Amino acid sequence: MPNAIEVRGLTKRYGPLSAVEQIDFNVEAGTVFAFLGPNGAGKTTTTEILEGLRRRTGGDVRVLGLDPWTQGYALHQRIGVIPQDFRFFEKLTPKEGILYYGSLFGTRPDPKSLLARVDLEDKADSHFDTLSGGQKQKLGLALALTNNPEVCFLDEPTTGLDPQARRSIWEVIRTLRREGRTVFLTTHYLEEAELLADQVAIIHHGKIIASGTPGEIIRAHGRPERLVFDAPPALGEYLHSTLGVATELRDGRVEVSLESNRDALRILSAVDASGLPWKGFSTRTETLEDVFVRLVGPMDDGALKSEVPA
Amino acid sequence: MKPRRVFADLKVVSRSYFRNPAALFFSLAFPIILIALFGLIFSVGSGGPVSIAVDNLDHNSPTSVAFLAALNQTKLVTVTVVNYPAGSFSAQLGDNGYSAGLIIPAGFAADYANRSSVNVTVFTNPEDATAAGQTEGAVSAVVNSMNLAAACGGGHCTPVIGIPPTENIGSQVYTYIDYLIPGLIGFSILTSPMFSMVEIASSYRKDGIFRELSLTPLTKSEWLLSRIVWYVLLTFVTAGIMIGAGVVLFGAHVEITLGLLPFLFIGPFLFVSLGMLAGTVAKTPESAAVIGNIITFPMMFLSGTFFAVSAFPNYLQAVAHVLPLYYVIDGMDQVMLFSNPMRALYDFGVITILAVIVFALAVRFFQWRDTQ
Repeated sequence: MPNAIEVRGLTKRYGPLSAVEQIDFNVEAGTVFAFLGPNGAGKTTTTEILEGLRRRTGGDVRVLGLDPWTQGYALHQRIGVIPQDFRFFEKLTPKEGILYYGSLFGTRPDPKSLLARVDLEDKADSHFDTLSGGQKQKLGLALALTNNPEVCFLDEPTTGLDPQARRSIWEVIRTLRREGRTVFLTTHYLEEAELLADQVAIIHHGKIIASGTPGEIIRAHGRPERLVFDAPPALGEYLHSTLGVATELRDGRVEVSLESNRDALRILSAVDASGLPWKGFSTRTETLEDVFVRLVGPMDDGALKSEVPA
Repeated sequence: MKPRRVFADLKVVSRSYFRNPAALFFSLAFPIILIALFGLIFSVGSGGPVSIAVDNLDHNSPTSVAFLAALNQTKLVTVTVVNYPAGSFSAQLGDNGYSAGLIIPAGFAADYANRSSVNVTVFTNPEDATAAGQTEGAVSAVVNSMNLAAACGGGHCTPVIGIPPTENIGSQVYTYIDYLIPGLIGFSILTSPMFSMVEIASSYRKDGIFRELSLTPLTKSEWLLSRIVWYVLLTFVTAGIMIGAGVVLFGAHVEITLGLLPFLFIGPFLFVSLGMLAGTVAKTPESAAVIGNIITFPMMFLSGTFFAVSAFPNYLQAVAHVLPLYYVIDGMDQVMLFSNPMRALYDFGVITILAVIVFALAVRFFQWRDTQ
């Protein structure tokens, strides 16, 4: 598959401030690419440069083979963009909005089916200013699809939405991928990236600090699988002294790293032999979120909203 | 430039407009209110002597000079002696900024001495009812006393100097409301696009709506053009309402000719572009409003909207001549009142050149996307 997006040495400076510094990545056509990073890391700047809304200071960027800044007008016919916090004409209805975009693009969209795709049929005739945050975002998505785009840019499409609205947007993203479109997604929510993305890049202080599939990133930056015991701290000391394994006390539980599956059997035997009381055990594999928190660090506390309410 | 896109955007503008009750009220009821309000208010004016131009055809005969001196002594008028070409007196008064005039005929002194009847002719501007009243009062007071002095013998007085009915400045009879109609049409051509475009330019940028639009094939000039078309349509409705209200409420008589159309097109064209330009150069909605007001307010009052520019002191007239709205209103005056197509054509030319320049600047400077 060719690349839908190619970024080489992209740099963006605002005066002496560097927002993005020499970043490189490719997005293969027909895949979902998640661009992650804490607030202020350079996510939105990069996205806006790719969309042709912002001028770059240095490096080279191609979206569908076009330079987004100098060939923006041609590019915009072929991409769909939903910005963060989508705003529209207050007194226009979703149906009218879709017909309006259809006339501008010279396409003949069917408002009914487009609104059904984003689960907004029942609001087809409501004024924009009466829609909820999630419904507005869904309209943004529907409008971005009126020109049948090859690449869709979704900048934090689910931020601030309730879990149900979030799931319906996820479903739309999956459908876009099935239809062979490329999706460029930025998000705070790591679970979202892990669920949807083929490829992930993490940007921090304007530089890409990790990239690959979610699995590759976890393998490269995460810790090995571990056994977790619901048991008193004494168990950890016992295992360390008898087996020489590294143990850790976390959230009132004893965690032991596993170098191989054979370790698990040895450790379980030792626990049984210890005679200490334990209520249960589980295995724990690091998630993208664990890796993200480790890479980006706790100093960005508050900038990161990694929990996805169930 | 695709008409399809302009039309699609025009539909959005009109829908947004019709779904906003306040906007609807202001464009339909406001013109009527303006006409009614100013039509009623401006029959009353301010005090002070009125400057009147006098053409003394009696070649400064002692009697005529005494007559003028008596006029000055009333303190109601200040006499300036002029010498306009024959037959053009009333037109010259308007052009030279006088709101009243007087002609003393040749042979005035001789007739007065012989006690044969002679007329002095008074000219006033109906737009300025106060000045008209003061002038007529002063002239009739002086005439009465001279008649008394000259002709009272044998128990009865025979008036010598007569004053025929006052003539109006200009070639036809106009009332203030006739002048008011083109003025107020100009007022709404200026204010309604200026205020809303300045607001839109800054709020659409802040809300990211320009950003949304920049991602569609709609171009900046198409977007601006659809606003222009909208305000042209609105101007037609407003002008119709104002003319209708003026005729019905005050019995105005204005000429409704095709010559009015160019002004109803080019006026909104100019002020939509100017409002956009003002909103574009401003960094915040607050400064946009300030810049909009700085541009709009002088024009609102000094371009002949509520008062004839010819009634201004000279330095204010000079200011009026650099205000674009002056040419819009003057042009409409020429076609609606004075049937003077050549001067209207000149006014139209001035506005057109200006409108094209301002439109080009607005399209050039207004940015869909962030250039940073």
